[in-house]
Amino acid sequence: MASVDYSGPLTPTGNLRRRRVVDRLARGSATAAAVLAVAILLIFIYSIVQHGASVISLSFLTKNPLETFSVSGNAPVGGIGNAIVGSLLIVAIGTAIALPIGVLIALFLTEFASPRWAGPVRLALDLLYGLPSIVIALFLYGLLVVGHGQAGVYASLALAIIMVPLIARTTGESLGLVPKELRDASLALGISRWRTTVGLTIPSAFGGIVTGTVLAVARAAGETAPVLLLSSLANPTQTSGSVFSQPLNNLPYDIYNFSVEGGATNFAKAWGAALVLVTFVLVANFTARALHARSRRMMSR
Amino acid sequence: MDESPAEVDVTMSQVAAPLAIEVQEASENDAATGEVVFDLHDVNVYYGQALAVAGVSLEIYKNHITAMIGPSGCGKSTIVRSLNRMNDSVSGFRLTGECTYHGNDLYASGVDPVEVRRRIGMVFQRPNPFPKSIYDNIAWAPRILGLKENLDERVEKALRGAAIWDEVKDRLKTSALGLSGGQQQRLCIARSIAIEPDVLLLDEPCSSLDPISTASVEDLMQELKRDYTIVIVTHNMQQAARVAERTAFFSLDVSEGRRTGILVEYDETSKLFTRPTDKRTEDYVTGRFG
Amino acid sequence: MNSIAGTARLPSSRRFTDRVGDRVLFGLTALASLIAVVVIALVIYQIVHGAVPAMSKYGVGFLFHDTWNGSTIFGGGATIFGTLVTSAGALLIAAPLGIAIGLYLSQLTSPRTAAVIGPLVELLAAVPSVIIGLWGIVVLAPIMRSTIEPALHNVLGFIPLFGSPSLSGSGIFTAIVILAIMALPIIAAITRDLFLTVPSELKDGALALGATRWEMVRGVVLGSMRPGIASACILGAARALGEAIAVLQVIGFVFQAHANLFDNGSTLAATLANDATSNNTTLETASVFYLGVILLGIELLVNLAAQAIVRHYRLPSATGGPTQKIVDVSAAATALDVEM
Ligand SMILES: Nc1ncnc2c1ncn2[C@@H]1O[C@H](COP(=O)(O)OP(=O)(O)OP(=O)(O)O)[C@@H](O)[C@H]1O
Ligand SMILES: [Mg+2]
Repeated sequence: MASVDYSGPLTPTGNLRRRRVVDRLARGSATAAAVLAVAILLIFIYSIVQHGASVISLSFLTKNPLETFSVSGNAPVGGIGNAIVGSLLIVAIGTAIALPIGVLIALFLTEFASPRWAGPVRLALDLLYGLPSIVIALFLYGLLVVGHGQAGVYASLALAIIMVPLIARTTGESLGLVPKELRDASLALGISRWRTTVGLTIPSAFGGIVTGTVLAVARAAGETAPVLLLSSLANPTQTSGSVFSQPLNNLPYDIYNFSVEGGATNFAKAWGAALVLVTFVLVANFTARALHARSRRMMSR
Repeated sequence: MDESPAEVDVTMSQVAAPLAIEVQEASENDAATGEVVFDLHDVNVYYGQALAVAGVSLEIYKNHITAMIGPSGCGKSTIVRSLNRMNDSVSGFRLTGECTYHGNDLYASGVDPVEVRRRIGMVFQRPNPFPKSIYDNIAWAPRILGLKENLDERVEKALRGAAIWDEVKDRLKTSALGLSGGQQQRLCIARSIAIEPDVLLLDEPCSSLDPISTASVEDLMQELKRDYTIVIVTHNMQQAARVAERTAFFSLDVSEGRRTGILVEYDETSKLFTRPTDKRTEDYVTGRFG
Repeated sequence: MNSIAGTARLPSSRRFTDRVGDRVLFGLTALASLIAVVVIALVIYQIVHGAVPAMSKYGVGFLFHDTWNGSTIFGGGATIFGTLVTSAGALLIAAPLGIAIGLYLSQLTSPRTAAVIGPLVELLAAVPSVIIGLWGIVVLAPIMRSTIEPALHNVLGFIPLFGSPSLSGSGIFTAIVILAIMALPIIAAITRDLFLTVPSELKDGALALGATRWEMVRGVVLGSMRPGIASACILGAARALGEAIAVLQVIGFVFQAHANLFDNGSTLAATLANDATSNNTTLETASVFYLGVILLGIELLVNLAAQAIVRHYRLPSATGGPTQKIVDVSAAATALDVEM
């Protein structure tokens, strides 16, 4: 009956030798793919640091782009001072709008909504999440900019639309981790729902809220399409204008603009700005990851 | 974890009177004359730093059914999974001592675990049919092993061998997930024997089945032992008594704050259940355990 | 909340604030949710509204006719063509690589290694697209021009797709590579999360039959996860379809439909970024919005399709994407096997 000599040595019989080769090839390819992805990340970081590190100086970080436009030695004169300020303002306002809305939506979904109402809201969140940022930018461009002109705050609005589903989802996930018994116990003690929510549920989910917000900020800071359509026509010599009435220069737009203008000086400035932006994004991601791990640990205790 | 205490209690009460147990006669396969398939000598198994099972020595004979019984967590699964190197996939798993199969060291450096599992099949506690058709569940392994000739006959033979042919022959192309639990488990047995292994390891194959399905699987084992060497882990002592020529009783050694599985007694089933030499065995089979 | 007074006797003032507080909280959360729904509706309305002049002038013919001459005649054909070509190309590269990475992280390496590599792959998705575009211009394009495109042209030049190499290194093919890099981590992270849900019993069952790990993966993991893989690829494609900036940076923007991948081109998203602000006539603005309608339609369709698959097959939600969903790989992978 046996197609194999069972008492023979436990080395491959039949077609196993060939199958082992296939196995090794397939696993090797999968490993190579993973190595490739990591290599691409490292090449990005290497390129940015290689080209950008020599550009960074105090004056590059504080001066405005067109104060002078020449190259002294290898380092470009002029900098990204107003772009940093503009980015900070635009993202800060966007976060200020998105954070409460995102958290409130998450609360609605976990605490209040019946399935009938949760469905459409979830759908809206998922669709918002799936909208390309250029479409959101075009929407606000048509709604606000046409006939009125750009303003930094319009870009903030676009970033807020991008951030809301991110914050809502992460918040929702951590609200979901708050034990139901805890909430029920509080309600059973006659403590009202809003006191329970504000005093108990939100603090318990705080780690998740912060994680989601940090990630959303990291994502928003690098979004270029919204600022290109909504806050790109800043006067480059100006240190800063009113975010509510004028377009503000900002990091992603600077990088975009310098990169398409081309030329050694512009590329150098683009890399310098890219180094600043990517540092922020990576630090934010690591922070979010660390916070996430920490709040996980606290939850599981 | 995978065992509800309640189930164990039921089993205990059923075997309260040891003499009432019908014991499988070890007549035709006399242990003394059987060919040794597995020979374990002073086997220790570690998960990371923890010593899970210590000092197991036993011989498992060809065309016998060997049962492993003992309280939860005493290392029955660990030992049985060590026999076909299923534990390789557990991180931190380490085995010391001698563990041979037909005289070949299972853990020698040149051994291919895939080849080992091809010869030593395994059926798990929970039926785990693939989300494929009944036919493809059986045919999957023969196909990859290159046993493609007369595949239809092979599938039929396996299904007949597992005593499930009549129930599924008209629905071979339908999903295996539509079968009942007992049918699924017999399908899994059929899946294992389709590649004609040497040994079948069954880790609590009946614990998620109802009594009727259990009976059919037990009957099946009696059929199968003509062609296969069978090792079965079970919580049901009556089952061990009904089907097995030999039984190994494992227990937990809880000295020094550690919980280590040990092999207490290994003997012909009739002897182990009626004239145990160890007090712990006697307590366990008479239900005085714990 | 210092008093745990019980239900018996609350001061009436407190009962009043509680009632008001509950209502206010509910009202605020409902309002925020309403905003989300309204915004998505407004987006659709506003973009369609902006496109109306072009829609009524060109009708459906807009989709097929490929002249965009900047002042009088506008057609979306070339741009739609460019979008489909670049996204399909990117998916062709990113899907097999991404799935392979998903398999590697979930089935083929130790949880410890996966806990290091996985987050790095996710970080790739966090790099802003404008920086990837900058890298594409400065680093990738010269390599494309000097090495990759000539090599492909020499070997595969008989296929019209691989025509004469570009002079600048920018073009459709460079855009495809950039988009593939962006879609890759998304597909990888989603498929990894998906594959981690395959029950270990199934995998054990396959291994116990004498299958190699790869055979187990093919038979049990890939076999049972096809719908999820499809939805992961759809979401990867959605990323590529919607990317405006990096494409604009490297595609050598022109309105042109042609077979040569090494030549310049345009995509819907890139056109929106390029032309929305630089238009001259109302008709051009409306035509840009018409392109927006098309892109919006494609994206909504694609996202709904991915969700429908996820819902229909009860898969773990895959819309999360890697940038915001941090999966605790080590925790998820305790059930994961690694062959020694
Ligand atoms: N993968 C693993 N990693 C770490 N420890 C494990 C692992 N599997 C089992 N153990 C430990 O090894 C010991 C023996 O477990 P095993 O599953 O072999 O017991 P068992 O006798 O089969 O129990 P049961 O009757 O409940 O199935 C237990 O203490 C268990 O916690
Ligand atoms: Mg067990």
